[in-house]
Amino acid sequence: MITFEQVSVRYADSAAPALSGVDLTVPEGELCLLVGPSGSGKSTLLGTVSGLVPHFTGGVLHGRVTVGGRDTREHRPRELADLVGTVGQDPLAQFVTDTVEDELAYGMESLGLPGDVMRRRVEETLDLLGLADLRDRSLNSLSGGQQQRVAIGSVLTVHPRVLVLDEPTSALDPGAAEEVLAVLQRLVHDLGTTVLLAEHRLERVVQYADQVLLLTPGAAPVLGEPAEVMAHSPVHPPVVGLGRLAGWRPLPLSVRDARRKAAPLRASLDGRVPAAASAPDGAPIAVSDRLAVRRGPVQALRGVDLALHPGEITALMGRNGAGKSTLLGGLVGLHAPASGSVTVGGRTPHRTRPAELIRQVGLVPQDPRDLLYGESVAAECASADADAKAAPGTCRALVERLLPGIADDTHPRDLSEGQRLTLALAVVLTARPPLLLLDEPTRGLDYAAKARLVEILRALAAEGHAVLLATHDVELAAELAHRTVILAEGEIVADGPTAEVVVSSPTFAPQVAKVLAPGPWLTVGQVAEALGAEALGV
Amino acid sequence: MSSTARSTRPPTGPRQLHPGAWWLWALGLGAAATRTTNPAILLLLVATAGYVVAARRGDAPWSRSYGAFLRLGLLVLGIRLVFAVLLGSPIPGTHVLFTLPEVPLPAWAQGVRIGGRVTAEGLLAALYDGLRLATLLICVGAANSLASPARLLRALPGALYEAGVAVVVAMTFAPNLVADVRRLRAARRLRGRTDKGIAAVLSVGLPVLEGALERSIALAAAMDTRGFGRTADVPRPLARATAALTLAGLLGVCLAAYGLLTAGGAGWALPVLLIGLAAAFAGLLLGSRRSVRTRYRPDPWALPEWLTAGSGAAVAGLTIHLSGSDPAAFAPTVVPPTVPVLPLAAVLTVLLGLVPAFAAPTPPRRAS
Repeated sequence: MITFEQVSVRYADSAAPALSGVDLTVPEGELCLLVGPSGSGKSTLLGTVSGLVPHFTGGVLHGRVTVGGRDTREHRPRELADLVGTVGQDPLAQFVTDTVEDELAYGMESLGLPGDVMRRRVEETLDLLGLADLRDRSLNSLSGGQQQRVAIGSVLTVHPRVLVLDEPTSALDPGAAEEVLAVLQRLVHDLGTTVLLAEHRLERVVQYADQVLLLTPGAAPVLGEPAEVMAHSPVHPPVVGLGRLAGWRPLPLSVRDARRKAAPLRASLDGRVPAAASAPDGAPIAVSDRLAVRRGPVQALRGVDLALHPGEITALMGRNGAGKSTLLGGLVGLHAPASGSVTVGGRTPHRTRPAELIRQVGLVPQDPRDLLYGESVAAECASADADAKAAPGTCRALVERLLPGIADDTHPRDLSEGQRLTLALAVVLTARPPLLLLDEPTRGLDYAAKARLVEILRALAAEGHAVLLATHDVELAAELAHRTVILAEGEIVADGPTAEVVVSSPTFAPQVAKVLAPGPWLTVGQVAEALGAEALGV
Repeated sequence: MSSTARSTRPPTGPRQLHPGAWWLWALGLGAAATRTTNPAILLLLVATAGYVVAARRGDAPWSRSYGAFLRLGLLVLGIRLVFAVLLGSPIPGTHVLFTLPEVPLPAWAQGVRIGGRVTAEGLLAALYDGLRLATLLICVGAANSLASPARLLRALPGALYEAGVAVVVAMTFAPNLVADVRRLRAARRLRGRTDKGIAAVLSVGLPVLEGALERSIALAAAMDTRGFGRTADVPRPLARATAALTLAGLLGVCLAAYGLLTAGGAGWALPVLLIGLAAAFAGLLLGSRRSVRTRYRPDPWALPEWLTAGSGAAVAGLTIHLSGSDPAAFAPTVVPPTVPVLPLAAVLTVLLGLVPAFAAPTPPRRAS
């Protein structure tokens, strides 16, 4: 269906090619998953299939990409529109109309399909994706998962034979991600659509893949059976990590497969518990007392009681729109309480001057770019020092400590996602706030950057910072958090040690917990440690 | 044609009226408002428009814009009155209400006055004039809340489609920009800088523009991959003819509109308007050949649409006719001040504008 012949892509302003030596064929009706670290050229590869590379992005394409027999170099994206459907990370960025039904029809209108065909296909697609109840709704009023399903539906109505998706679930909570992946699964099975999918969160998707294409910078791409590729992929989900550790063959990719093989492991771990993280105790740094916040017509928080202690990492989870960001905003004084109170370091955040408040609490927003205005890393650091009235060089030293090797003269927008997050973190830490808040920090991060973030946050907690992170990433919470708080509809529905809160939850349990339930194990690291200790003991 | 018949929305049951019909109706009311300064007739027009909006607006976000236009109309009226008080009025009046201290101005500024006598006649004239403008705005507001401009653009002929998309995209970008400014001002607070004052808004200008640019590029890429801008090949002479016809037509319409709105040109304006419209229409028809687009479930144009558009046209036509035959009633004199009369014919004419409140179908409502 899709063939790549000696494809390489080089953008004008970069020295190394973004993609090189791709020579492979994706057969019809397969779900092919693209994996690889940031910067390995996943988005570029997807772009060559939809024709956006090189027609839209510029750059030089060598070799040949053909989709259904059409050369994407000779056909502009609009001429491939009946063959390739493209869905990006942010559905709102690709909507052209304002209601669900019109959006589904838009692509067909562009292609000039007759009215009765459009009518029939819209109805079929509404049923296929379970959107029938939402047909007249305005697109802005939908939840994230619903929006992403509409985005997929809007490209499906033209009956493309290839669907290209760039991180379709990375902005979604675990439940909404399941929704979207179930739809993709159905398309591959029932309609024979060829799906090309790039995703960082492998734990969500790898079990659905027929083929995995591994891209590594500087090495030739590898296409193969998921289990084979995962066996030596540098990026892999926890269930694969556990399988590698336990030496299972063939490597399980889903929780279900792993559970079948895990009986001996469960038995050998029986009676043991992971090394308990010392529950830090001390006077709380921040306290909210029956905090209620309204945002426009929406009651975003209703009576939230929360105390944050020094040295403790707390994960804040819940669906999109449950009030996580509002709670973080309330703690830094962006939203005034409608009732109840919030105090941080003895002050009321929304009444405290910003210059004073940053010494008590720092927030890294969902998009770290919001925090960065400078022309270069050096300028950004200098202005952070000035804002925090810290000694010159403080911020730069922090950057160097957190992630060595960021050049002074790089523009913040040119940094990778992980580097940008680290720079924003350093900017916030310059004022030495005892309370650190992070909103969705792992969005767009690959496993290496995530591991680095875990180390940094652990070190900060060990120094006595209290850390609160809002996240959809259950694996991150399991790895990092001492305590997990789950919000729903603006209320706290669960609050306790991470192991207790997440193990029993079908949506928030990490893969290792699902495989080894009812044992209290959350991460591959804990299991490895326990097994290692046993090996030493024997 | 059977396929076209099936693809339009069925003209029965609750449905949205064709947006073009609402705009024609509202423009008819607005045109009537421009022909009179009689406050009684103007207020009757506002009441008519308000009643129809209350009876037939849907529950979409834009439906709430009527209130905003009402407030805008009042603001315009207020500004007109304040100017009349401060700058005086050219209307010679004898009933002095009060006298403001006058600012002495040099000789070259003769004819301009700041402060001075405020007469009842001057204020009355300003009030009538402001009311006329406010009524016009409120008629536009009525159309806006009954049919969103986006829906109207969807009904445009194929040749104008791309311009329509640009407008729709711009309209969705405005709220996004506001949200961006708000988010980045909040981020300033996180950096320990103050988020109040003009400086805070200005300093986020560059990042906001960068964000908007990135968003437009993402949208353009998405639209391209969904087939936006596919065209059919047309011969070159045809393309030239299209452009010439459209341009000539639009020029004709503009000239005629000028003629109709000024007092003198009523004789020649109507034929020019018709010729202009015909040329523009022909141009659009030819231009549509280039577009391969089809339209999903276009709104039907059935009896309710005819009645709605017809009622607007009737109000406009009859008002123009009556204002010619009975100028005293439609432009009550302010020197000396008279009590405006309300002729029965005018009342009946304006009340024709109520037809859509009964003829138009009820819009579909979501069960909530």
